[in-house]
Amino acid sequence: MKRLAHLPLLVGAVVSLFPFYWMIVAATHRTRDLLHSPPPFLPGDQLFENLRRLEETVGFSRVTLNTVGLTVVYTALSSVISAMCGYGLAKFRFRGRGLLLAVLLATMMIPFQVLLVPLFQMMANVGWIDTYQAVILPFLANSFGIFLMRQAFLDFPDELIEAGRLDGCSEARIFYRIVLPAARPQLAAVVIFTFISQWSAFIWPLLMLNSEDKYTIPVALSRMIGQSRVDYSGLMLGAFIATLPIMAVFLAFQKQFVSGLLGGSVKG
Amino acid sequence: MRGRAGWFFTAPAAVLFAVFFGYPLVASLVQSFQTDADGETVWAGFDNYTRLFQDPLVGRSLVNIALILAVQVPLMLVIALGLAQVLNLSWLRFRSGYRVAYFLPAVTTLVAYAVVFRVLLNTDSGLLNQILGTHIDWLNDPTMARVALIGSITWRWTGYNMVILLAGLQAIPKEQYEAAAIDGAGSLRTYVSVIVPQLRPVLLFCLITSTIGTLQLFDESFVLTSGGPDNATLTPVLYLYENGFQQLDFGYAAAIAWLVVALTGLLSLVQFRALRTKS
Repeated sequence: MKRLAHLPLLVGAVVSLFPFYWMIVAATHRTRDLLHSPPPFLPGDQLFENLRRLEETVGFSRVTLNTVGLTVVYTALSSVISAMCGYGLAKFRFRGRGLLLAVLLATMMIPFQVLLVPLFQMMANVGWIDTYQAVILPFLANSFGIFLMRQAFLDFPDELIEAGRLDGCSEARIFYRIVLPAARPQLAAVVIFTFISQWSAFIWPLLMLNSEDKYTIPVALSRMIGQSRVDYSGLMLGAFIATLPIMAVFLAFQKQFVSGLLGGSVKG
Repeated sequence: MRGRAGWFFTAPAAVLFAVFFGYPLVASLVQSFQTDADGETVWAGFDNYTRLFQDPLVGRSLVNIALILAVQVPLMLVIALGLAQVLNLSWLRFRSGYRVAYFLPAVTTLVAYAVVFRVLLNTDSGLLNQILGTHIDWLNDPTMARVALIGSITWRWTGYNMVILLAGLQAIPKEQYEAAAIDGAGSLRTYVSVIVPQLRPVLLFCLITSTIGTLQLFDESFVLTSGGPDNATLTPVLYLYENGFQQLDFGYAAAIAWLVVALTGLLSLVQFRALRTKS
């Protein structure tokens, strides 16, 4: 009976994980062996050959560095903005607070595709097409992160903030010395979420970036799909490399990840 | 004084929202009442909106997502609930391992996932056809493309919903299961009368997020099928994208966008009302 419970779970796990395994298999074979019947089921020995070709055709190391740089800068800025805004909303009363909360809710209800065309025209008007600031700026303020941080700060005791004020600390100092350290787990969740979302960001960078030497991994891979003779094994290797950091981050921080995910939906 | 500190902390986000959310939102609304005539932008009244109702492709895209709402969302939530139920058994081993396995698809890079599925679903040499011993044209036959789309979305999001439902189940006090068992309620009756009502808010959350996700579906049909074959996997948001960035018909694209917004609001409200008033 106890063993039987594992059966549906195992079937589900195999279905979930198989595409990842297949990614590794395909990334280590030649394209023509992949499309051969029957296709290989075990990893092959073409990993370095595929890597060399990927570097040659799309400059993959450059593309990877672009993605890392862009993701790190975005994550750092966006997390700071989320934490600040969350704190301001949780602990201060000021004019416009209600409006800001309403805007936050609206950003979650409205599909971002509504904004695509006007945002694109905006970037074209200021001549920012094919720049990294155009990729990052529109999505720096993130409602999800702000709500998560606000939730974290709501429970923070006001007495401690008052005590800091009596000691003559500035509001900014109180924030990063006293309040922020207490919300470290939630901040970690926000960092992980923003990292993953920017690392995988696709449509907007695709619209913004034109020069090959500025591409991010998802953009470079999607361009490869569009080619006449698709290099599947190279693509699969690229896809695997794109997935690797996400898997690593997720495995390392899955507890924060799940608690962050549940932020508003479930208590306890 | 306090007010100023509040502004100080919220200003960066507020300014960014004003410029990159508020402005384009208003611009999109304005655009939906405009059209392009010989290279000049002119007012069009409600023309873009009336065109929505006459455009067969809008109808087609709505039928496509209605199908997904009717088939994929219930299928996914039932599987997710079933898995969550089994994973909630306290004596079960490897629970966190399973949780990771199920959740991984939801955090995969979209393009990576598209690449893998395109190879797996290849008609002549794809592994799925090899395993099934079939020769199904997964991405080029209208019906099968829909099946492939539904399968892909289910693969990607079941684990996400399962993790949320599992947390909901774990929040239900153990004593309630036991009390119901002592009362002699059978396990199915326990389930329906004790568990389901308590799970209602979490189920509502999953249902609404899945519905919104379906109404705004874009990723899968863009990277897997490009809306084809024969528009069988065209979604409203993909159609919006095509009108905006391929036809450069900004006014019509904006009108489609606001149709999606209206539908999202309407369906969320209906589900919220239907499931909330009973509790």
